[in-house]
Amino acid sequence: MSVALRVSALGKRFGELVALEDVSFELAAGELLAVLGPNGAGKTTLLSAIAGVQAATSGTINRTPREIGWAPQQPALYSKLTVAENLELFARLEHAGDPRETVDAMLAQTGLAERADEQLGRLSGGNRQRVNVAIGLLGDPPVLALDEPSASLDPAQRERLWTFVSGLTAAGRAVIFSTHNPAEAQRHADRLLVLDGGRLVFDGTTGELLARAGGATPQALAGGGAQPSEGDLEHALVAFLERREAAA
Amino acid sequence: MRTLLRKDLLILARSRLLVVVLVLYPVVIALLIGFALSRGPARPHVAVLDETPPGQTVEVGGRRVPVSSYVDDLLSGVDATRVSTRAQALDEVSSGRAVAAVVVPPDVAARVSSGTTQAQIELIYNGNALQQSLVSQELRSALAEANVGFSEQIQRAAAEAIGVLLRGGNLGVLGAPSGFVGLEKVPAVLERVIARTPPGPDRKSLQEVESFARFAAQNLETSKRVLATIGQPIKVHSVLLSGRRTPLNSFAVVVAASFSLMFLAVLLAAGGIALEREEGALARLVRGLVSAWSLLSEKVVLSACCALLVALAMLAGVGAFVSLDWGRFPLWLAALACGALAFAALGTAIGVLARDVRASSVLAFLATLPLAFLALVPSAAVGHGFYDAISVISFVFPFKPALQALDAAVNDASPPLLGPAVHLLVLTAAFAALARAGLRRAL
Repeated sequence: MSVALRVSALGKRFGELVALEDVSFELAAGELLAVLGPNGAGKTTLLSAIAGVQAATSGTINRTPREIGWAPQQPALYSKLTVAENLELFARLEHAGDPRETVDAMLAQTGLAERADEQLGRLSGGNRQRVNVAIGLLGDPPVLALDEPSASLDPAQRERLWTFVSGLTAAGRAVIFSTHNPAEAQRHADRLLVLDGGRLVFDGTTGELLARAGGATPQALAGGGAQPSEGDLEHALVAFLERREAAA
Repeated sequence: MRTLLRKDLLILARSRLLVVVLVLYPVVIALLIGFALSRGPARPHVAVLDETPPGQTVEVGGRRVPVSSYVDDLLSGVDATRVSTRAQALDEVSSGRAVAAVVVPPDVAARVSSGTTQAQIELIYNGNALQQSLVSQELRSALAEANVGFSEQIQRAAAEAIGVLLRGGNLGVLGAPSGFVGLEKVPAVLERVIARTPPGPDRKSLQEVESFARFAAQNLETSKRVLATIGQPIKVHSVLLSGRRTPLNSFAVVVAASFSLMFLAVLLAAGGIALEREEGALARLVRGLVSAWSLLSEKVVLSACCALLVALAMLAGVGAFVSLDWGRFPLWLAALACGALAFAALGTAIGVLARDVRASSVLAFLATLPLAFLALVPSAAVGHGFYDAISVISFVFPFKPALQALDAAVNDASPPLLGPAVHLLVLTAAFAALARAGLRRAL
């Protein structure tokens, strides 16, 4: 599979505080990558640096900010404008060929056509998040970065969001998202990154993390010997981070 | 920038309450300030008890000056209520209906006429320290004016009496001869008598008397002018160093327009930037879609244009009541534009400090209102060191140069428009640079 995003030795400092240190990974086209870690681990900083919201102190990213779609945790939209007006504003700023056509296409793709003329402030949290993601997709970027996309959604809205994101990866788009919810990562992500104290401490699949934490081996999982249940990853993540802390 | 302008105009149009408040509040504040500056302080309400007998006069060399003229002068300087007893006067003051009572005692005429004892009136007042100070100042001023008026009448009466003594006639004083010759004519009469008198001791004595009479007549004439000088020893001749004197009401219009311009430009610009942060859109915009300078420029231009339009409409509206020179309209525009840009740039610098629109509005009010009032403090009103501090603050804050620019544009006042306009443009650049630095920190 081709590499959609390559991050090399990325670092970010806020004065004396090291928010990210020497973070390197690759993301393949069509891959869905989850970023996990405790509070303050650097998840949002990593996605912000990838999206170009915050300039990295060191390291390189093989994409420019405009080649990466970005949906922040809180929908970055104007609540006094309608869904269509928000989309059109950002389509114009993205220099989309025909902004109105782009908006129509995005409304159809996100299933928001019926809500096009509603002011954003009157939409549910789920629909607002869909518009938020839709705006990230306006420039037709090969990579999409989602910062805790399901944080404020109810289970049904969360399900609709992941169905939509799965459609994006199925179409070949690479998606990286941060989450506090290991179960969500376990269910939807192809691969996991675990950050702790700004450092990348794990890069692999769910099975590999379970194995590193002392659970079933990846081979056993791959052979169908034992299917991990929801919650296994959460325990494994906690155990993994505690083991690292004890070793340190 | 056009896309962002369109977006902000749409948001403004949908925030009707905000627009109404943003326009009405500064207009109301500006009008209040304008009225406060253009109207002099209200005349104090005073109870006046005149205990002098009706028709009483002060006699000066046979001329009579009615005491009622003094009371009339005093009444014209205050909002007076005549009372007939001392108890009523005290009641007016203690009930708060009058800030003070003035009692003119019955012996005023006798004391003034005596020429040896000064007449005395009584001032009764009440209230807290501030009220006492205000009443005391206002009434002393009214009493001083009445004193000057009364003194002038007495001077005139004295001058008339001196005139009769010089030129002859009837003095009207008991025991004075009627139709006397007058001191001016005495030397001529004596000269004729001397001419007929043979030389000898009598002629010599007559010549000495004639010489003294001439000297006395000349000096009595001089005493009339001395009397006028004593009445008002120093007259004031005002000289304005440079520029044209601005009438208070025209200056009030300029102050009101400057306040309007400041509030609108600062609040809109601060709110505009804060809204981007509140909605979370700031990060999305400046990650390559829009440069920080473009974003700041758009906010500054939009806020400045809106503020300029409202201030211009206000000037035009007030112009219906106060005479303004419409021939200077292009200068008005230039001054308003420079002021609006500086205020809007200040607004963006305030806006980047706040996380939401409400906080930015509070911050904008807290920062601008006291600083604007400081710019209005006259140099003589505070201590030297404090005024130096105020001058520094006023130099780095756009209100004073905006006021000077608008005063120069509207009233042709000094300093001329160019200096304050350049000052405002420099402040625009400085505040925009501050906002740019703040924007980087805000992300």
